Amino acid sequence: MLSKKASVDSHGEESSYFMGLQEYEKNPYDPVHNPSGIIQLGLAENQLSMELLESWLEKNSDVTGFKEDGGSIFKELALFQDYHGLPTFKKELAEFMEEIRGKRVRMDPNKVVLTAGSTSANETLMFCLADAGDVFLIPTPYYPGYDRDLKWRTGVEIVPIQCTSSNYFRITKFALEEAYKQAQKQNLNVKGILITNPSNPLGTTMSKEEIDIVINFCMTKLIHIVSDEIFSATVFSSPKFVSILEALPERNLQDSIAMNLVHVVYSLSKDLGLSGFRVGMIYSNNKMVISAATKMSSFGLISSQTQHLISNILGDKKFMKYYMKENARRLKKRHEMLVSKLKRIGIRCLRSNAGLFCWVNMRHLLSCDTFEAEFELWNKILCNIKLNISPGSSCHCSEPGWFRICFANVSEEMLQVSMQRMKVFVETVIGDQIRHRNMQISFSRKPLVTKWAFGLSSFDHQLDR
Amino acid sequence: MAIEIVQQPSVGLSKIAVSETHGEDSPYFAGWKAYDENPYHETQNPSGVIQMGLAENQVSFDLLEEYLEANLEAANWGKKVSGFRENALFQDYHGLQSFRKAMASFMEQVRGGKAKFNPDRVVLTAGATAANELLTFILADPGDALLVPTPYYPGFDRDLRWRTGVQIVPIHCESANNFQITPEALEAAYDHARSMNIKVRGVLITNPSNPLGATIQRKVLEEILDFATRKNIHLVSDEIYSGSAFYADEFVSIAEVLESRNYKDSERCHIVYSLSKDLGLPGFRVGTVYSYNDQVVTTARRMSSFTLISSQTQFLLASMLSDKEFTQKYIKINRERLKKRYEMIINGLKKAGIECLQGNAGLFCWMNLSPYLEDATIESELAIWKTIMHEVKLNISPGSSCHCSEPGWFRVCFANMSEETLEVALSRIHEFIKRKQDRQVLCMM
Repeated sequence: MLSKKASVDSHGEESSYFMGLQEYEKNPYDPVHNPSGIIQLGLAENQLSMELLESWLEKNSDVTGFKEDGGSIFKELALFQDYHGLPTFKKELAEFMEEIRGKRVRMDPNKVVLTAGSTSANETLMFCLADAGDVFLIPTPYYPGYDRDLKWRTGVEIVPIQCTSSNYFRITKFALEEAYKQAQKQNLNVKGILITNPSNPLGTTMSKEEIDIVINFCMTKLIHIVSDEIFSATVFSSPKFVSILEALPERNLQDSIAMNLVHVVYSLSKDLGLSGFRVGMIYSNNKMVISAATKMSSFGLISSQTQHLISNILGDKKFMKYYMKENARRLKKRHEMLVSKLKRIGIRCLRSNAGLFCWVNMRHLLSCDTFEAEFELWNKILCNIKLNISPGSSCHCSEPGWFRICFANVSEEMLQVSMQRMKVFVETVIGDQIRHRNMQISFSRKPLVTKWAFGLSSFDHQLDR
Repeated sequence: MAIEIVQQPSVGLSKIAVSETHGEDSPYFAGWKAYDENPYHETQNPSGVIQMGLAENQVSFDLLEEYLEANLEAANWGKKVSGFRENALFQDYHGLQSFRKAMASFMEQVRGGKAKFNPDRVVLTAGATAANELLTFILADPGDALLVPTPYYPGFDRDLRWRTGVQIVPIHCESANNFQITPEALEAAYDHARSMNIKVRGVLITNPSNPLGATIQRKVLEEILDFATRKNIHLVSDEIYSGSAFYADEFVSIAEVLESRNYKDSERCHIVYSLSKDLGLPGFRVGTVYSYNDQVVTTARRMSSFTLISSQTQFLLASMLSDKEFTQKYIKINRERLKKRYEMIINGLKKAGIECLQGNAGLFCWMNLSPYLEDATIESELAIWKTIMHEVKLNISPGSSCHCSEPGWFRVCFANMSEETLEVALSRIHEFIKRKQDRQVLCMM
C-alpha cells in the first residue's frame, strides 16, 4: 500500500547507533533521580557554551520580542517566506563563516542557500548533483546519519573510501582510486565525493595536502566535492582548520572548473549548539546548483522567527568573537579531560583537534578481531555499565574495535562518573582476559606471549606520534 | 581573427536539478515580476500594481500581536532558567509534545469539536509544502499518479511531482455544477491513468478548495472516500484553509466523515494542515501530516528529519495554541473578518458586472470573466490577464495556471491587503469593465 521508499529500511533506524539512543531514552541517567541510569555519550551535541547565549538573550530581549527601532516587526517576519532568505541573516552567516576561516576566504551571501539544518542541505545537494542510482564516495569512518540523509529519498548510493588506522585514517590517492574502481565494477556512475572536515567521528581536521589529493582526484574524474564543514568552529587546537574553499583560489589554470565542483555544507547545530533551531546552509560558486537548491529549499525553509534571532546574535560581532574563543577553550578542556582519563585506564584515542567527540581505540578489549566481538563489547558497555557510545561499525569503519565517545553533551560530573564506570569495566575485562590466557597457558606446552599485551604495546607506538 | 572561447568541461547536475518541473519558468511569473517592479503603495505609489495573486491572510494580525504583548514569555522561553537551553537542543522528530497537543486541540477547535485529533498522529513538517511532498514520497513510487481535481493550486505541480517523480492526473471539474467533484469525473480520471499504464496511488483534494474558495459538501466527501475505498487507493485531504471557512458549520472535514464511519477503513486517509493561512504565519513554517495509518505516521515522522520545525517556533506556538480562550476568540473573529472581506469584493465585482463562483471560504474568490473573452480559449484568457496586469495594474491568477478546464476564470485574493487598497482595486476593475463595455457599444454603432 505504501511506496518502496516507505517500506525499505534505508532510513537506517535499525542500526546500533539509533538503538543506543533508544535504550537511553528508556533509562536516562540523572545524578539525583537515576544515578544508575544510562549516560548518553553517543550524541554529538555542544552544550558547553549555552549559558553564553543565555546571557546574551537576557540582555537583548527586544530581539525575541519582535521589537526593532521602537516598533514591532512581527507581521513582517510572520509573512516572510521568500526562499532567498532574510538578507541580513545571509549576510551575517556569510561573515560568520569568513571569521571561522580566519578571513582567508571571502564569502558571498548570494551564494548561500538556507536549509532547515544540514540534514536537509546534504539531501538537497544529492538531489541536485546525482540521479537515483548514481554514487557518492565517502571516506570511512563516517557519520551514520549519511546512510539516511544521502540515500533514502534520493536513491543515491554510497561507496566507501576505505581509510585505515595505519595512517590515522587519512584519505589517500590509492583509497580514492580503489573506491572509484569499486563503483565502476558494479556499473555505477560516480557523481562526487563527500568529505566531512573536521571529521565526524574522527575529530580531526584535514591537512592541506589531503584536501589537494581530493581536489586533484575530483578534477581528473570531473566529479563534485561536497565538503561538510559543520564542525568548523569546534577546532580547539592546532593544526588550524583549512576549508576546501581556501584550497581553490591557489589553482590558477583550472579555476572555473574547480569552483563549479565544490559545494560546502554548514550548520549552527554543532558550533553554536542550536540543533533544535534547524539552521543549515549550502554554499557554492556553481550558479546552477544555487538556483536549483534555492527552489528546493521550499521544502525545508528556516523559520523567519529563527532567522531574525540568529542574525541578531551573529551581528553582535564582539559577542561572537568572545563566544568562539571561549567555546574553543571549553571544548579543549573537556577533550583533554576525556583523553587523559581514558589514558589512565590504558585506552588510547586518535590524536584530534576538533569536534565534540574522541575516536577511541578499544581493540585490546575485544575477545577477537571481528565486528561481532565489537558489537559484543558495545552491548556489554551499554547493558553492564550503562554507557551509550557509538561502535565504529555503525560508522562503517573498516577495522573493528574503534568507538566514538562524545564529551560536550554531558556535564563534567557525568563524564567523571562515566570514566569511573569505564575503569571498573576495563579492569574486569582485562582481568577476564588474563584468567582466560592463564588457563590456556596452563593447558598448552609452549609458553604463549599474551596476544593482547603484544597487540596493545604495538598500537601504543602507532598512536603516540 | 575570431576569438576562440575555450569551452570548459563542466560537471553535469541531476535530471531533477535541470528539469522544469519546479514550474518557475512558467509565464505566470510575469505577473509577479510586474508587481515587484512597480508595487502599489497608498501614498508613495498609488498607481502601482496591486498584488491580488498572493493567498495570504493579513486580516487578523492585531489579535496575534495582542496575544504576544500579553504573553512575552512565549517568545522568551519563560522564566525557567533551562528553558532556552532545552529548547535550543531539542531536535527530536516527534516534535515538542506540548506543541503537538496544541496543534491537535487547535484542529479540533477549527472543526467546532466535530472531530477528535490524537496528538500522537500529528507529524510536524516545515510547512504544508513539505507535508504534501513528504506524503507523496510515502504513498507513491516514481511514475505513479495522484488524482487531483481541477482547478488546483499551481504549487502542486512542483510539490507533488518535482523530486518525487510522481505524476498528477487531473479530475476534470466544470462550472456547470460549480466545479464540484463528481463520481463520473473520478472514474474518468482513474480510467485515463490506467489507459496510459500509470498506477494510481491516491486522490488529493483541497478542502476548502484553492482556488475555488468553497468547501466540499459532505455528500461529495462520502463519494470520494467510497471511490478511494473501491479502488483501494489513498485519500489525502489538504485542509489548510479549514479555519478560513466563513461559517463554521459549512466546513466538513474528512475527519468527521471517518468518525461517523467509526474509522472503518480509515488507514487510507491523511490530512495536511498548516498555520500559514488560518493564522497568517507562512514565514514560521508550520505544517503537519495527520494520518490514520500507523505505518505512515512512523515513516512520516522519520522523514520529517529533512524538514523539522524550528523548536523556537514550536515553543512560541505551543503556548499560543494551548490558550483555548485565545484560539476560540481568534477563530471566531478571523472568520467574521474574512467573510466581511469576501462580501466586499463580491458586491464590488457584482456592481462592475462580474459574477463569481458562490464561495464560502478561503482568502480569494473565483471570478468569471469568460463573458469578456474574445473567444473561449486559453490565449484569450491570457490576453485579458495581460491587459489586467499592464493596464489595470492588478496581479490576479489566471485559471489556466490552476489547470482549469474552462478559460476565463481568475483567482482574486482579498485578504492580503487593507480594506482601502481593496476599494482601489475594485474601482479599477469597475473602470476597466466600463471601458470594455463602452468599446463594445462603440463597435456596435
